[in-house]
Amino acid sequence: MKLTVNRTEHNVDVDPDMPLLWVLRDELQITGVKYGCGVAQCGACTVHVDGEAVRSCQLAIGDLEGKVTTIEGLGTPDALHAVQQAWVTHQVAQCGYCQSGQIMQAASFLAKNADPSDADIDDALSGNLCRCGTYPRIRAAVKTAALNLKGV
Amino acid sequence: MGRSRTIARRSFLVGSVAIAGGVAFGTYQVKKTPQNPLTDALGDDAVTFNAWVKVDANGVTLITPHVDLGQGAHSMQAALIAEELDIEFGQFTVDHGVPSPAYYNTALADEAVPFLSNDVSAAAETMREVMGGIVKLVGAQVTGGSTSVPDSFDKLRMAGAVARETLKAAAAQQTGVPISALKTAKGAVELPDGSTLTYAELAIGAAAINPVLDVTLRDPSQWRMIGKDMMRLDILAKSTGTQTYGIDLFIQGMVNASARVNPRKGGEMLRYDATAAETMRGVQKIVPLRNGVAVVANNTWYAIQAVNAVAIDWGPAPYLAEQEAHWKALEDGFTDDTLDREWRHDGDVPAALADSSVIAAEYRAPYVAHQPLEPLSAVVRVTDTRADIWVGHQLPRFVQKRVAAMTGLPADAVFLHNQYMGGSFGHRLEFENIDRTVEVALQMKGTPVKLTFSREEDFAQDFPRQISVARGAGTVKDGRVESYDLGIAATSAVRSQSTRLNLSTPGPDSQLAAGAWNLPYDVPHFRVRSYAVTGLGPTSSWRSVGASTNGFFADCLLDELCIAAGADPLEERLRLVNDLVARKVLEVVAEMSDWGSKMETNRGRGIAFASSFGVPTAEVIEVTNTDSGIQIDKVFVALDVGRVVDPVSFENIVQGGVIWALGHAINSEITYEDGQAQQSNYYDAEGMRLYQAPDITVCGLENASKIRGVGEPPVPPAAPALANAIFAATGQRIREMPFNKHIDFV
Repeated sequence: MKLTVNRTEHNVDVDPDMPLLWVLRDELQITGVKYGCGVAQCGACTVHVDGEAVRSCQLAIGDLEGKVTTIEGLGTPDALHAVQQAWVTHQVAQCGYCQSGQIMQAASFLAKNADPSDADIDDALSGNLCRCGTYPRIRAAVKTAALNLKGV
Repeated sequence: MGRSRTIARRSFLVGSVAIAGGVAFGTYQVKKTPQNPLTDALGDDAVTFNAWVKVDANGVTLITPHVDLGQGAHSMQAALIAEELDIEFGQFTVDHGVPSPAYYNTALADEAVPFLSNDVSAAAETMREVMGGIVKLVGAQVTGGSTSVPDSFDKLRMAGAVARETLKAAAAQQTGVPISALKTAKGAVELPDGSTLTYAELAIGAAAINPVLDVTLRDPSQWRMIGKDMMRLDILAKSTGTQTYGIDLFIQGMVNASARVNPRKGGEMLRYDATAAETMRGVQKIVPLRNGVAVVANNTWYAIQAVNAVAIDWGPAPYLAEQEAHWKALEDGFTDDTLDREWRHDGDVPAALADSSVIAAEYRAPYVAHQPLEPLSAVVRVTDTRADIWVGHQLPRFVQKRVAAMTGLPADAVFLHNQYMGGSFGHRLEFENIDRTVEVALQMKGTPVKLTFSREEDFAQDFPRQISVARGAGTVKDGRVESYDLGIAATSAVRSQSTRLNLSTPGPDSQLAAGAWNLPYDVPHFRVRSYAVTGLGPTSSWRSVGASTNGFFADCLLDELCIAAGADPLEERLRLVNDLVARKVLEVVAEMSDWGSKMETNRGRGIAFASSFGVPTAEVIEVTNTDSGIQIDKVFVALDVGRVVDPVSFENIVQGGVIWALGHAINSEITYEDGQAQQSNYYDAEGMRLYQAPDITVCGLENASKIRGVGEPPVPPAAPALANAIFAATGQRIREMPFNKHIDFV
């Protein structure tokens, strides 16, 4: 099976039922995407498929249509995406394990909603669980990221 | 010395745990410095000054032995060394280091002694010193108990200062310039002519001289870093998906495994049938385990799918099978036989309670799972001559000993490579993942085995927080709280944990009453007793341990008495408080929250105070009673840790602690049916989500004489502050966690 991840094409020989998450992590060793719950309850596995935020633990590789972007493809330490820059500015992370998913969710959301209200942010990110409780900083970082993206 | 030795022989206890039964204890051994583990593999071009600093031609390495669970321990430790070493973030690398007695935790003993944390009497201080000596003797290297900052604060600054002065001495020898004319900055020694010698350039010269040990720590007025906002070392990696956690490791030739073990924790596996699993795609091997079975595959998903397809008959649980029986045992647990200790009895409580107007209340707190977001996993490779373990763990030397015992290898042939952790909250003090992975690796010698628990397996094997019932009673008189009596019946998490560590637990368990007996209040008649109930499910330390439940009981009882007395809950606490640092914390939180200002009728605010891990902490919570349930609007936190090392990280950790406490208080519990936890994933033990998270304002005070850690202290006052606020808003008194059994939340 062929798939494109972060603009690179890969070929994998796996069960078509295998979730994209495990193709990325164990077949391709792309580990910025995290396993947290396996049942779309935590959002740690969030990636983009053609720009849309998707829980990769719920998407069978056989059903994948579109190009995949993981946190590694969004931006790098040397070339941060605006959302990542905001996450650094606010020092959001504690353990950091959920933050790849939070950032991917926020990036997809802000691409569609450039000027989100507090309620919009709550709706968009409440599916992403943070056990360390960094929510106050996530809120602040999303707002900063929205300003960054608008070039303010 | 005679006195302290006598105490030492009698009580080798750290928090009720005998950590070294029978060890020969002498002043000489305590004074002896454990060997520096960095000297073992030191190159010719390298120098080490102590167990925390190494310099070679490539640069400076700082050892930060307190592991990073997400609390920022690595950055904090590095900053303390860097402050005195005159080196900037970005100019050094950090490393967890190897398990070593050199990294014994000096602060571990502080909270373990049966004295109030603000008691600095000779007896209390002597006992702390003795306890500290024992911890040092056995080399207890522990991350936990909010001790990373107190253990590190002087020790690591001293390590940096020794390295700096030795490097200066080497520079003086090399250049002929007197030491007094040399300065240090940005990882280099500066000469009077403005030229510099980097620490790396001085390594070989420094290796040839004795470390300069006669150093003085800088005055706080000279600090460049401590107390100022820092950028944590791991933020960039954690914002870009490039931080590697234990679960992310890939080692050449590695196989992926998953396991299922009897969900009736400690129960046997009677039989299993892996026929269906054997033929599933990707499966390499079925491996029977003690009380369970593992599947080895070439992808973790294949392993999880296949292990779930194994048919298994489980034996019974070695504890009460049904939840109702657990509650019943606690209700029956308030007897003279189960009394663990009367921690405090001021005045005459029985006489005071003979009054007919006694106010009585019963409180409950359930088992709660830890469930950090990174599931438990480990990578292990065992050969005939050595074992390597890649895992994030809070007790590295226990891991080393355990794996040595399991493999039959000597401890010095067991190499633990500690990893960054995706949270812990106490979960990574346990060994289920390590035991299972070693069992598989022993049956596949030479092959690195990564074993990952599914989230469901992680829930099933989690040793949750203690379950507890408390009974409170008291009287009021002339608008004041007159008597206060609290009995707490609980299962001892410390003893449960110690059993799994093969440690004995003589003496009372201080955690059974932590957060309750130490309340700094002068109530005329004041008693706190703890009862240890046995035969319940196995439990473990959960962020703030005993105080996570006792803080709720203790403060809610006081709040009920304040209300009964017709007193303002803040004013009455201020009237009762007998400790200046605690008083200030209450005053500051009152000011922050504008306590006493008018609120709309459907809103309410509550205050609570608890002192845990030596940190007096007060919180005020504001709620609104909406049509769709209680909404938590705002939280104000004031706490005193003596010294705030990094204000940014401090605020983040305090906010996180409040959210941790509130989320679990409103919606999480573990209950048993047929000996198994009924909750198996986040949908039935949710914690807090973004839309529920309140605004949280934090004020860190610095009046206390000792520096303290902040990981746990914000947790205990949050649940009672919320319960007290809900009462203020609705008139409904909630005495049982999780609160959503009794009231809806938005």
